[in-house]
Amino acid sequence: MRDISRTRTGWANRLEHWLPKLVLAPTTLAMIVCMYGFIVWTGALSLTKSGMLPQWEFVGFLQYDKLFANPRWDVALSNLVVFGILFIVISLIIGLFLAIFLDQKIRLEGAIRTIYLYPMAVSFVVTGTAWKWILNPGLGIEKLMRDLGFSDFEFRWLVEQDMAIYTIVIAAVWQSSGFVMAMFLAGLRGVDDSLIKAAHIDGANVWQTYWHVILPILRPVFFSAVVILSHIAIKSFDLVQALTGGGPGYASDLPANFMYTFAFNRAQMGIGAASAMIMLFGVLAVLVPYLYSELRGSQRD
Amino acid sequence: MLKRSIAVCVAAASLALTPASYAAEVEVLHWWTSGGEAKSVAYLKKRLESQGVNWKDFAVAGGGGENAMTVLKSRAVSGNPPTAAQIKGPSIQEWGDLGFLASIDDVAKTNQWDALLPAVVSDVMKHDGKYVAAPVNVHRVNWLWANPDVFRKAGASIPTTWADFMVQAKKLKEAGFIPLAHGGQAWQDATVFEAVVLGVGGPEYYKNAFVELDMAALNSATTDEVFRVFGELRQFIDANSPGRDWNVATSMVINGEAGMQIMGDWAKGEFAVAGKKAGTDYVCVASPGTSNAFTFNVDSFAFFKQSDAANQRAQKAMAQEILGTDFQKVFNLNKGSIPARLGMARDEFDSCAHDSMNTFVSSAETGGLVPSFAHGMAVSEAVAGAIYDVATNYFNSSTSPADGKAQLVAAVQAAM
Amino acid sequence: MTDLQRCMGRLSIYLLLFAFALLYLMPLYVMVTTSLKDIEEIRQGNLLALPNAPSLYAWIKAWGSACTGSECQGLAPFFFNSVRIVVPAVLISTFIGALNGYVLAKWRFKGSELLFGALLFGCFIPFQVILLPMARLLALLGLANTVTGLVLVHVIYGVAFTTLFFRNFYVSVPTELVKAAQLDGANFFQIFRHIFLPISVPIFTVTVIWQFTQIWNDFLFGVVYSGPGTQPITVALNNLVNTSVGGKEYNVDMAAALIAALPTLVVYVLAGKYFVRGLTAGAVKG
Repeated sequence: MRDISRTRTGWANRLEHWLPKLVLAPTTLAMIVCMYGFIVWTGALSLTKSGMLPQWEFVGFLQYDKLFANPRWDVALSNLVVFGILFIVISLIIGLFLAIFLDQKIRLEGAIRTIYLYPMAVSFVVTGTAWKWILNPGLGIEKLMRDLGFSDFEFRWLVEQDMAIYTIVIAAVWQSSGFVMAMFLAGLRGVDDSLIKAAHIDGANVWQTYWHVILPILRPVFFSAVVILSHIAIKSFDLVQALTGGGPGYASDLPANFMYTFAFNRAQMGIGAASAMIMLFGVLAVLVPYLYSELRGSQRD
Repeated sequence: MLKRSIAVCVAAASLALTPASYAAEVEVLHWWTSGGEAKSVAYLKKRLESQGVNWKDFAVAGGGGENAMTVLKSRAVSGNPPTAAQIKGPSIQEWGDLGFLASIDDVAKTNQWDALLPAVVSDVMKHDGKYVAAPVNVHRVNWLWANPDVFRKAGASIPTTWADFMVQAKKLKEAGFIPLAHGGQAWQDATVFEAVVLGVGGPEYYKNAFVELDMAALNSATTDEVFRVFGELRQFIDANSPGRDWNVATSMVINGEAGMQIMGDWAKGEFAVAGKKAGTDYVCVASPGTSNAFTFNVDSFAFFKQSDAANQRAQKAMAQEILGTDFQKVFNLNKGSIPARLGMARDEFDSCAHDSMNTFVSSAETGGLVPSFAHGMAVSEAVAGAIYDVATNYFNSSTSPADGKAQLVAAVQAAM
Repeated sequence: MTDLQRCMGRLSIYLLLFAFALLYLMPLYVMVTTSLKDIEEIRQGNLLALPNAPSLYAWIKAWGSACTGSECQGLAPFFFNSVRIVVPAVLISTFIGALNGYVLAKWRFKGSELLFGALLFGCFIPFQVILLPMARLLALLGLANTVTGLVLVHVIYGVAFTTLFFRNFYVSVPTELVKAAQLDGANFFQIFRHIFLPISVPIFTVTVIWQFTQIWNDFLFGVVYSGPGTQPITVALNNLVNTSVGGKEYNVDMAAALIAALPTLVVYVLAGKYFVRGLTAGAVKG
């Protein structure tokens, strides 16, 4: 049967061989230039004395020294770690549990699912604005509870230096956990019933079935969810701007906001570029091992 | 045949509808998006349109100009900057140094701007001795706005020194009012900080430490005192202040919840919108210790080099309009500031504006006219940002004055 | 498990689901009610109270007469700008993602997995980083501040995700089908058109919904790369909400935010079930 491929002309054959690569070529070019090229550009910029606009006068690692001597950067970095971990873990947990519950043949599943999903449709600016109101002690939840009679109720995280970052976690989880739920729901629906029946026959109760049989099958969904959530976490710029403006003081600043402020508002592009490179290194350090292990794993399957 | 004639008709029609490419137009970047500001900008637009200049509005609000600056830089990098942009203070020099700004010196000479503008202002508008920007207004930042009714009820008097401020504020607090209405945003924290610097240290210290950035002045005992006073203010603001917008804080004074606000003269617009009268419903005094000083903040439009001759002419028309008496009057009446142009008729301006105008002239003679570092007039953006970070962090935490001073010195040095 | 236990179990599941539903709805409720109240009521009142005399004043103003600069024409013109930007960007990035996903799933070659990984990692660049170099690049291409330029930027940065979705979906198509079609003499594009496209409806739905949401809600690219007169609705909303002087009209702000969010909300509400169906069909598995 091999002869069929040889009856085509040599030219068509070679085209067929190159076509996949040709199709990927524009994307690859765009990726090399617009992603990695710009990363290199930023890296080079971080080694220069750039102020308001790029100026190619190289000064070694001066900008990195300045960056790490800046107390605001320390706050931003530690905030990213706290926010990132909490946001991803809580979204995963809530998403998973909501999916499991919704999977139990609930009436009104469509409506409830839509309600969980709609926050994803809204932009971070809108989310931040709405939650800024809700979490405002004088206007929102605290006032509501006090009006209802709980006169000692306090919920002033938004205006406390140590707690402001957690308000960002709340708003971000609200926005994204519905999407995680949808992914897990889809994954759960794809689980073969026969596996569950088999576990049941083996005497496993509900919890054990979930833990030992279903969750392992959902591993690729966890992977995708983590990728998408980390992506959202790192890009969480608009949310901070709208919800706390980085405040009180700069207690809820995140690296993306730091970078934007220093590069565009403080006329310190060099430091901005350095902060961007550190962010990228951080992402690299965390995600590449994860991507590698999962992609390798899926190939092995 | 029919198809061909239709095509020709369509082509002719579209040519007719295309605006003539030689029509002069200005593309103006600004962030004046509220109703009142829009009216003022629209006035300028109308004046220019009557001269055949098309106005392309390019408004980008948010972040106190942060977003606008981002867009401006991208446009500059991509080689097509707007005709004019809302840039002020030392930034004008920075853009000029990079070679982006167009000279409007001929307009300035024809209209004798050197005579119409005080030296402090015209120096900022020039780069290499030539005018590259046109000032729109002069804001005074060191104002204290007070509700006399609140003071009456608390048995307190409006303070004129910082020591007195603490005393009167305590009285207000005991009577159940919020002594100082404040919005917890970095620039507002910096505005109050600036008022303390000027009131505690005086204009000479202010200029040495925060304009010349003399390390000896920054590291002096005066700075310790400044931080001490600034720190004491923490107890006089309410706990809900973080994140609050400045005009919401003003409304607290308007409706009698709070006694005072330290804010620039744009706060006057809020009182006006609420129908309050200067002198009776509210009082404007210089912030404590600064009655002979004037912290100025001048909004201006800087002009970018254009390649098109028609646009260059449009640019010059715009520059001329901006310093014209009509625009200066309309804009400043709306905004609460005073005209940048000297010698204008005073009758339509209220008592606070008159006080501003008088102090503007007198403080220029006595050396009390200082640029606002909290509003981008005194130092580069990098240094101003560093001061913001220190001030806002200090105000929102329980840092000690000595630590505050150390942080300030370190931050300013790192940013220079 | 006794019947009672099962019943209690189900009851608690329902209760939990409803409690969460309320939590999720709360911000939307706050926004809608605020947009229907008048200013005095907002200033004095309670966040969760229903409006005393609901009025559409804020909505009408936000749509047609609110100031977004020196223009006071509300959000209407910008709405259509956004449509003009979003539609081509979504269609093009989805189509390219489909072809890419097809190649990466079924026509693997040495280095294609590495390419995929590199593409995924590239998604994580904070967009602020690319603003200036991209502005320079667009100027070089003669596309500075045009709708085409903005669409191009959205396509470039959207392709990574669309490729991810399609690749994960197409991976589950049995390779035997492809081989059989090849033996029958079908070429690259014919296989795509006759085998992969017909089954791709769920994944197209997911991708289009995702891209539509991302691009419609984008502010940063929109503000930097649009030209005068072609700014998207997010820029107008930002201008409207961030006025620096003159009493804030919170009701107008909320109405404007809701108008800006309406298309994506409608998409999610109407097409949400297709979204989940598409995800079920394998958009994000493995």
